[in-house]
Amino acid sequence: MTKDVWVVAEQFQGRLNDITLELIGKGRELAQAVEGKLVAVLLGSETKSLIGELGAADVVLVADHPDLREFTAEAHSLALETALKDSPPRLVLMGSTSVGLDLLSLLSARTALPCLDNCTKLEVRDGKLFTTSQIYGGKLFAEVAVPNATTLVAVVPGSFPKPETVAAGRPEVHEIPLPADLPEVRTKFHKLIEPPPGDVDITQSSILVAVGRGIQNADNLAMAEELAKAMGGAVCASRPVIDQGWLPLTRQVGKSGMTVKPKLYLALGISGAPEHWEGMKNSELIVAVNTDAKAPIFAGAHYGAVVDALDLIPLLTEEVRKAGAKKAS
Amino acid sequence: MNIAVLTKQVPDLVEGVEIDASGKAVDSDSIRYILSESDDHALEEALLLKERAQARVEVFSLETGEVRDSLYAALAKGADRVVIVATGAETPPSNHTAAKIFASVLQGLSFDLILTGVRAIDDLDGSLGGLLAGYLNLPYVGLVRKVETADGTPMAVVQKEYPGGYAAELEVKLPAVLGIQAAEQPPRYVPVSRLRQVMKTAKVEEKDAAPAEAETVEVVRMFKPEEGGGAAMLSGTPGEVALQIVNVFAERRLVR
Amino acid sequence: MGTAQYPVTPETTAIFPEITNIPDLFRTCIQCGVCSGSCPMGEVMEFPPRKAAKMIADGRAEEVLASNTPWLCISCHACQVRCPSQLLIPDGLFPALRSAVMAEGKNLEQDLQKALQNTYLYGNPMGISPRKRTEWTQTAGVPVPIISQLKRPVDVLWVVECYPSFEPRNQEISRKLARILNALGVDYAILGQEERCLGDCEWLAGERGLFEMLIERNIEILNRYQFKEILMTDPHSYRTLLNIYPKLGGNFAVKHLTVFLAERLEQLKPLLKKRVNATVTYHDSCCLGRKTGHYDEPRAVLRAIPGLELAEMIQNRESSLCCGGGASTIYLDRYIQERAKDRLADRRVHQAAATGAETLAVACPFEPSRFEDAVKLTGQEGKLAVRDIIELLAESMELA
Repeated sequence: MTKDVWVVAEQFQGRLNDITLELIGKGRELAQAVEGKLVAVLLGSETKSLIGELGAADVVLVADHPDLREFTAEAHSLALETALKDSPPRLVLMGSTSVGLDLLSLLSARTALPCLDNCTKLEVRDGKLFTTSQIYGGKLFAEVAVPNATTLVAVVPGSFPKPETVAAGRPEVHEIPLPADLPEVRTKFHKLIEPPPGDVDITQSSILVAVGRGIQNADNLAMAEELAKAMGGAVCASRPVIDQGWLPLTRQVGKSGMTVKPKLYLALGISGAPEHWEGMKNSELIVAVNTDAKAPIFAGAHYGAVVDALDLIPLLTEEVRKAGAKKAS
Repeated sequence: MNIAVLTKQVPDLVEGVEIDASGKAVDSDSIRYILSESDDHALEEALLLKERAQARVEVFSLETGEVRDSLYAALAKGADRVVIVATGAETPPSNHTAAKIFASVLQGLSFDLILTGVRAIDDLDGSLGGLLAGYLNLPYVGLVRKVETADGTPMAVVQKEYPGGYAAELEVKLPAVLGIQAAEQPPRYVPVSRLRQVMKTAKVEEKDAAPAEAETVEVVRMFKPEEGGGAAMLSGTPGEVALQIVNVFAERRLVR
Repeated sequence: MGTAQYPVTPETTAIFPEITNIPDLFRTCIQCGVCSGSCPMGEVMEFPPRKAAKMIADGRAEEVLASNTPWLCISCHACQVRCPSQLLIPDGLFPALRSAVMAEGKNLEQDLQKALQNTYLYGNPMGISPRKRTEWTQTAGVPVPIISQLKRPVDVLWVVECYPSFEPRNQEISRKLARILNALGVDYAILGQEERCLGDCEWLAGERGLFEMLIERNIEILNRYQFKEILMTDPHSYRTLLNIYPKLGGNFAVKHLTVFLAERLEQLKPLLKKRVNATVTYHDSCCLGRKTGHYDEPRAVLRAIPGLELAEMIQNRESSLCCGGGASTIYLDRYIQERAKDRLADRRVHQAAATGAETLAVACPFEPSRFEDAVKLTGQEGKLAVRDIIELLAESMELA
């Protein structure tokens, strides 16, 4: 086992996902702490152009194979198993995502390497590695001692900061040798199913202006849209607004809707019932406005104000525009 | 077609989870167990496949908690056979250990599809389905939201969820293991009278399994998240509040 | 969890009819259509009650089960009080329809399914741990005795029920009632963590097995203690405990709060010190009104409050308009909204505003939030306040 830290790059539609960059950032810190190298593992087909974004790594291992163009747990596991044969590292990091969770589990059993999931923290203490995982819906955290063997670790996206700039390093690039045919792979990708067209994906918006019952009627939505536009964000809503039919289902945040983690969640006229809270509680900054001083949302929000959202919105839009103009000048 | 559904019981968060005296595990005395939510979805998807393709559905569960309740419910919903896999273990096993136990039970049985929930709230070491597939050398797809099979062909077409509403359609050769994220419809309801009827007449089998070589996760401590102190409240007229809010935005560089 | 120990008689069949019993139970239906005409949801149902009963008798039950009809009955009893043959429509036909749909093993509306599953697991539809049933008492400001701890008979057993125990808006009302009972010197206690849903919604939702389970348990618990009467604020449970439980072996003296207070007006009046200067219109809830006939008592209590003026809505007393939440339909809001033109609660709030009153008084735990939502949605916020009778009393007694 070497002291290296591997990061398995995750890509979607030809671009690296944020989790990869977050892990590269953290991986660099860990590699330094354990005195090993940071190795990025890039599995795909004709994705060598992405190597440029992995400049922070010391080494990039590349497997380029048509069967790796789209993710299948089997093919990706096979590629990693091949890579792991020569010099298995200390840690293999990947995202706790649709890709990472499948890969982590299958690979762990096939290689008999231990794995840990749901990690939000990774640290070195007295030369030992520890992860912290969130479990029971976030009600509890478990701190786990990483076994003293090559361990696969899946990290929750957003746990570590994404480095602001891509390091312009020149890593060594090595090929992971794979045979032309992979008959053991029994999973085949057919096609990508896109979400219904013509609407905003609120999970991708870093600023969300969320409206609740306090918005009172569909006509007031226009005000919220203006504010969202001024801030460069999107409008989303709690369930009662969606139930009224004022916004489509794709804008619903909460248990039966979407889970969002924007940089800013501005909750206007939302009481903060648990079903809604579940969908946005991990937002970086939560600012809540409600006429009810006892609204549950104030318990978890970062900032709050007991004013009428309908009074506030136009004034806030104006202030945002003024501040934007000032910034530009 | 033969479908196996693997289920487990997890602590019921409604009743709360407390940390025990050791500080490293949950206090099992205070826990009430219920069926893991995504396992309920796995069962529902299996039942839908049964309705469409005349399949046979067998449900296996480790012996933790009030597992009989969920197995009776499975029978009431239409499962053909339910089995408690008894290992005599005192605490719920890690997913690695559980996967090894199920692998030994299922080895040699001819299931075309093995479905299980892709995630449980107490998972620390990966997804049970993925691990099981590894041990049985079977293909695996997780976060599945739809499964289609065709008569006569040993293949399933599945949809795997990605964020933002995207999904991948994949074809997988059977036998295979699938980690279900959500069934095509919410788990069906069992009227209590039907449940009680099943409890009187039906049989829950028990199968002994040799305890597998346990692979544990070394938890050094468990702790609760810090309680937030609540929001910092801004006061004044709406105009004054608007200004204060924008200052907060500016501090965080959220103003364009 | 055994089977209920009640005899299967024509009466109990009437409480839990199967769809196959309906032709016989409805043999005296003269197809007059008063039910369909009175029904606030009649226009929305694909087969209103008159037609549904006829179709079932004609062997066309499947069509009715597949339609929207089973889930649109809000159990307001506008039909049942007027039916010349005194047929059990919301109490018999609709539970039978719903039970039959459930037996088909399909999905229910998720909110309703969740509510039923929660009641099975936790004894309340919200899915909150029963251990939290007494949390509301901690900030009541007065001690709220729990009967198992008192270990003695009490005059009054106050069965709080689920919404008043768990729902924040109603918890406030429960606290005020505790203070009022204290001020009146009533010797009372509550069940505390032993309390479970009494089963009104489950029965009317057609969940016979769940209702049986709840009744068995509740009768067993209530029989453990000695009390002169049961006091209730939730009219749904009040009605069920008053009219249905006795048919299944549970005979208890039960009184709704407004009746209890109306009996004690002379004692109450001197405590109503502060004037509550408001024009108030009172909403007759279906369970307290049409189902149990208490129109005068709530009004007598309201009139006792100094400064308070009562105005009547165009639909009042027996003709009162339901808020649209009975028989588990509070869990079917989405389903109903997709099919109905307007919300009943909105209609009702317009009626309230039309009286010129500033306050809509209610006496049912479902209503504060339903009507407050309707006030917001109809743009009346600030013009019409919704308050429970208990809140008005507490204000006048300076116990708020």
